[in-house]
Amino acid sequence: MKAFAQLLEILALTPSRNRKIEALSRYFATTPDPDRGYALAILTGAMSFKNVKPALLKETVLAEVDPHLFALSYDYVGDLGETIALIWPHHGGTEELPSLAELVELFTITPKPKLPGLIGSLLTRAEINERWALVKMTTGALRIGLSARLAKTALADMSGRDLQAIEEVWHGISMPYSELFDWLEGRSDRPDIDHAARFHPMMLSNPIDEARDLPALSPADYAAEWKWDGIRVQLIASGGRVSLFSRTGDDIANAFPDVVDRVFGDAVLDGELLVGRDFVPATFNDLQQRLNRKTASAKHIAELPAFIRAYDMLFDGAEDIRALPWTERRARLEAFLSREKQHVIDISPVIDWSDAEMLAAIRRRGADEEGHEGVMLKLRSSPYVPGRPKGLWYKWKRDPNVVDTVLMYAQRGHGKRSSFYSDYTFGVWKGNEIVPVGKAYFGFTDAELKELDRWIRNNTIASFGPVREVRKELVFEVAFDSAQTSNRHKSGVALRFPRINRIRWDKPAGEAATIDEMLAFIPAS
Amino acid sequence: MAQPFLDRDLRVRPIDAYIDPPVPRERAIITHGHGDHARSGHGAVLATPDTIAIMKTRYGEDCARTFQPLPYGEVLEMDGMRISLHPAGHILGSAQVLMEFGGQRIVVTGDYKRLPDRTAQPFELLECDLLVTEATFGLPVFQHPDPALEIRRLLASVAAYPSRAHVIGCYALGKAQRVISLLREGGYDAPIYLHGAMIRLCALYEELGIPLGPLLPALDVPKAGLEGRIVIAPPSAVKDRWSRRLPDPVLAVASGWMSVKQRARQSGVELPLVISDHVDWNELRQTVAETRAQTVWVTHGREDALVYYCQQQGLAAEPLNITAYDDGPEDVE
Repeated sequence: MKAFAQLLEILALTPSRNRKIEALSRYFATTPDPDRGYALAILTGAMSFKNVKPALLKETVLAEVDPHLFALSYDYVGDLGETIALIWPHHGGTEELPSLAELVELFTITPKPKLPGLIGSLLTRAEINERWALVKMTTGALRIGLSARLAKTALADMSGRDLQAIEEVWHGISMPYSELFDWLEGRSDRPDIDHAARFHPMMLSNPIDEARDLPALSPADYAAEWKWDGIRVQLIASGGRVSLFSRTGDDIANAFPDVVDRVFGDAVLDGELLVGRDFVPATFNDLQQRLNRKTASAKHIAELPAFIRAYDMLFDGAEDIRALPWTERRARLEAFLSREKQHVIDISPVIDWSDAEMLAAIRRRGADEEGHEGVMLKLRSSPYVPGRPKGLWYKWKRDPNVVDTVLMYAQRGHGKRSSFYSDYTFGVWKGNEIVPVGKAYFGFTDAELKELDRWIRNNTIASFGPVREVRKELVFEVAFDSAQTSNRHKSGVALRFPRINRIRWDKPAGEAATIDEMLAFIPAS
Repeated sequence: MAQPFLDRDLRVRPIDAYIDPPVPRERAIITHGHGDHARSGHGAVLATPDTIAIMKTRYGEDCARTFQPLPYGEVLEMDGMRISLHPAGHILGSAQVLMEFGGQRIVVTGDYKRLPDRTAQPFELLECDLLVTEATFGLPVFQHPDPALEIRRLLASVAAYPSRAHVIGCYALGKAQRVISLLREGGYDAPIYLHGAMIRLCALYEELGIPLGPLLPALDVPKAGLEGRIVIAPPSAVKDRWSRRLPDPVLAVASGWMSVKQRARQSGVELPLVISDHVDWNELRQTVAETRAQTVWVTHGREDALVYYCQQQGLAAEPLNITAYDDGPEDVE
């Protein structure tokens, strides 16, 4: 545990990517199995304990610490795990903590009623860094600025294997990953995985640089498609079994039985999950009502049926076609969809274009009239490469809408922003009052954050728990991708992807937008 | 308790003097030399001899009209009042103000700490009726570790990276000298390199009898000469262009705030050293209990939690919200 705690601290505090990789590969090279495998699971977010959850930790701490003092501390520190690690009042015991593998075993086999006692005694025995690591590993939210990709990069660095080869096997293996380490260290062949039934890391696009990239692209080389306003999914159909994965490899099949129960044929497809009748996409807001749920209600399925707008194919039957160029994969996809009658899959059409100016006009019209997020440009000869390779796929998002709003409430942030007032609710005029239209957490620099924080402290008129209400005097120019009607917001408007574009220290609040101006952003449907 | 003879802006009513006033006053009692407590431009200043020496070094000989040095423990009688200064353990010369008038005892702690420190006179516990305390680290998440362990972590890092310089961000008055002294205690006797802003105050500490070992200005040393060395600089310089002259520096900051890793992360600190010159939560509670004060006023810091705690203990407690005293995360004590 000591070594793992040290590793976590280095990862959390070292700004240099190379030094993080160095620390990781040193740890993996010097830590025995199965400890390093469990560490890898924790670092990549693959570890979770059924019974050890943040709520249980909180309960354990609140048995020892006054709840009000805990609340004040949490509000100040901004990170639950770190608050618990710092506030734990008992320190002592000379006995070393168990190894990672022993801890995993303990957390798994200990009956629920005995868990608070176990966790309490571990926290007491731990040194401060270990206490922090212990809490982090049990809550699952590391918040140390480490991507799973970096952990795998370190494995590649340590073993000399190709990163992509590691990504390939990743979703077919599980902790403590001994077969992975055996292969990395040359003791066995590459782990065999059932390719058709496993999540395959997705190919992602880069934002286009309008000045640099766009003029160089020609329709002969790049195909254009709409950028759909849904969520990216991978659909895997194999021998009657259908799985549905989100972009990060989370299995979301249970939430969309209306899709997975109605797919025919064997294939691995890449596409956009949308809701709507007869393949007419509804808004993202509608889709959102079906996301983050474990199951779907009959009412939801009836009102907001889901479908997939496919745009790529990774496997045709059992055949891996990812190395083929996009044009050939597209032809295979079209053939598959016409061969197998599908009720819940259609194809994302290719947009005809001749030059950048024409495409810009199409993109603007699509955004204004149909609410598209923008257009995608895909190199016709591109193979399907996991990750975000340069120069193959571009996204060209619609220009954001911009509106002047008034800051209403502020809340302390979490993670990197902890203890600063960094979460803002803003609103627009409705008659003589201001009604909230959205929240934003980013779009400002660290220096601006400090200034805002100070302004908020000096202009607070009321506090509700962690939320401060401020004088309605500061104008934020807010950018957003689109606006939709909403009955969850008092104003009746919800903004998609709002962010602070500029802080208008100079602008009087009276000149901020009105609700009627906001409603004009909602596309007529 | 009867109406206290101290006002909530720390005006000592019977003698019309203010403690650590943020604006120029005719009569000021200064607890210690940090800029937010000791300001220039007062009429008559009462302080310990060390604090007066520090003020004159920082602001010039004529930063107040007159100075009256009051050594620790000596009682000054004035208009029916007894005033004495007692070690606060915060930095060299730092004092708590003990005042007695009309049968009432009031202690104003100024900033204070209770852990041993070779660069400051050790904290003295004073019983009183009204305790006016700081609460810079007044939340139960602040439980400062033994500074010797932090120094050991620093020395381990110095040994692990022989080609990198370690630059430690420290407040120039107090923290810098304490870190240097802790390094010496930890067995480090190589020269320590100083940013220009540190030199004068380190020299003053030595003059006042605090040995700091070999110190050299960092300014004239070529980059390669600082490999494997320890450099002390103000926190602002650590993150600034100044530290680019150092070979691949490890950025360290010595402060009580550094216990919060997210905070260290957000300020880009690679090696946070939890070394504080203030009491932590446990020592705050200990002090409140041991002074046996029935009333507690909290000058600045995380006052909500301490006031709440005192009220839970059945004491009368209130925050004074003295915003002139720096206590934000940006201010490294």
